[in-house]
Amino acid sequence: MRKEPSKQEYNQMVEEMTPKHNCFLNCIKAFVTGGAFCLLGEFMKQMMMKYWGLGKKDSLMFVTIELVLLSVLLTGFNLYGKITKFGGAGGLVPITGFANSVASPAIEYQKEGQVFGIGVKIFTIAGPVILYGIFSSFVIGIIYLLAKQWGWM
Amino acid sequence: MKVIKGKQSIEFEKPPYLLSWASVVAQKEGEGPLGDFFDQVIDDPFFGEKTWEMAEGRFMKQAAMLAIQKAGLTKNEIRYAFAGDLLEQNTATSYGLKDLELPMFGLFGACSTAGESLSLASITVAGGFAEHVLAAASSHIGSAEKQFRFPLEYGNQRPLSATWTVTGSGGFIVSKKKSPIKIRGITTGKIVDYGMKDPMNMGACMAPAAAQVIYQHFEDYSMAPKDYDAIYTGDLGEVGKDILIRLLNENGYDISKVHGDCGLEIYENETQDTHSGGSGCACSAVVLASMLTRKLINGEWKRILFVPTGALMSKTSFNEGESVTGIAHAVLLEKEET
Repeated sequence: MRKEPSKQEYNQMVEEMTPKHNCFLNCIKAFVTGGAFCLLGEFMKQMMMKYWGLGKKDSLMFVTIELVLLSVLLTGFNLYGKITKFGGAGGLVPITGFANSVASPAIEYQKEGQVFGIGVKIFTIAGPVILYGIFSSFVIGIIYLLAKQWGWM
Repeated sequence: MKVIKGKQSIEFEKPPYLLSWASVVAQKEGEGPLGDFFDQVIDDPFFGEKTWEMAEGRFMKQAAMLAIQKAGLTKNEIRYAFAGDLLEQNTATSYGLKDLELPMFGLFGACSTAGESLSLASITVAGGFAEHVLAAASSHIGSAEKQFRFPLEYGNQRPLSATWTVTGSGGFIVSKKKSPIKIRGITTGKIVDYGMKDPMNMGACMAPAAAQVIYQHFEDYSMAPKDYDAIYTGDLGEVGKDILIRLLNENGYDISKVHGDCGLEIYENETQDTHSGGSGCACSAVVLASMLTRKLINGEWKRILFVPTGALMSKTSFNEGESVTGIAHAVLLEKEET
């Protein structure tokens, strides 16, 4: 063409012309959605402590398991996606989002077989979280150990 | 008359004709504004198959068979097939068309495949190498999301600039035999790279390619936007459409009055929650095979430029930090006066 924008000009033009989600509104939605999961967890904890006679520690563990189960079920019925679409990070960050990220590849790749499908690909989304989660706790652990050794803590 | 026109175009001496066309889509597309114009709406997204890939192939097979049938031909009369899809190794095309047993050229032009296949089919027919040639393109939301993005059940928030992959396929018979729609010529696009890195903003990645090919088409044919009843790009969406019009405006061509985008026709973006519009090889193919051909046939339009647009990228190139390049192919269609 006769007149072509430079790469830089073009990038700027695209930036100007591309609509974005409203950040403030998204934050509120995320707060409400994430908060709702936490509230549900707390409710379950209280109920289990009251009616099942569980201790605080045990009931917290059960809450985790039950929320994961709930999320997997919602994923299976293709409902979890709708929650995250509305809530954004409020649906992604809680443990339910993590469960969704494991359950959804399991459903998708099941057709590629138990080993090369589910086995290989189940952690395609959650894998990095697990890897770097464990790695960073390892690094923090070493810092903690050294700090204790040298009497900083 | 000069057949080789300008820098990137051909004007056929004996123009081939669009003898027939067929569009097969899934439920969501059937519920869209063009729902009544499609030949078939298949409610089962798997189309009786077990996987997304085979389902996409089935859509293509259906569109191909319908196009052959609508042309009043049998598959033995089809000399060549030019077809492609979005998947790695053209999975859908290979498995979808294998049963038709046609001499086959598999194409990859990302979402511009409909334009690429029609261009090559036209050249083949106009060159006298075949009487009837099949051109087809397909895409499927299930297989595309799986290959390029996330599993379908995974929850995430799509940006407003993201498009929705059309599920379906369009098939065309390009032929020597006269029909009401003639393919007057083609303009083949170049790969255009503006260093765009956001695959969720395909419109912006492809708009410069569309602008380049449309600009060159005007130059090669010494025509201007007013000479066309419509100029239809493939799947630029809301964002890409605005950019395209602006880029061409800066080059002295105002296409705002005649420009349309197939991706903006196929869905009702607000109510169907498709954000920036439709995309995928099937997007331009099924819109051409439904709405655009219809308007040419009923005489509303006499001359249109059909410009499918593609974003040439893979998941690997994206992960390796490469930019998303664009390509577009223009096909000049005219109503044949009888």
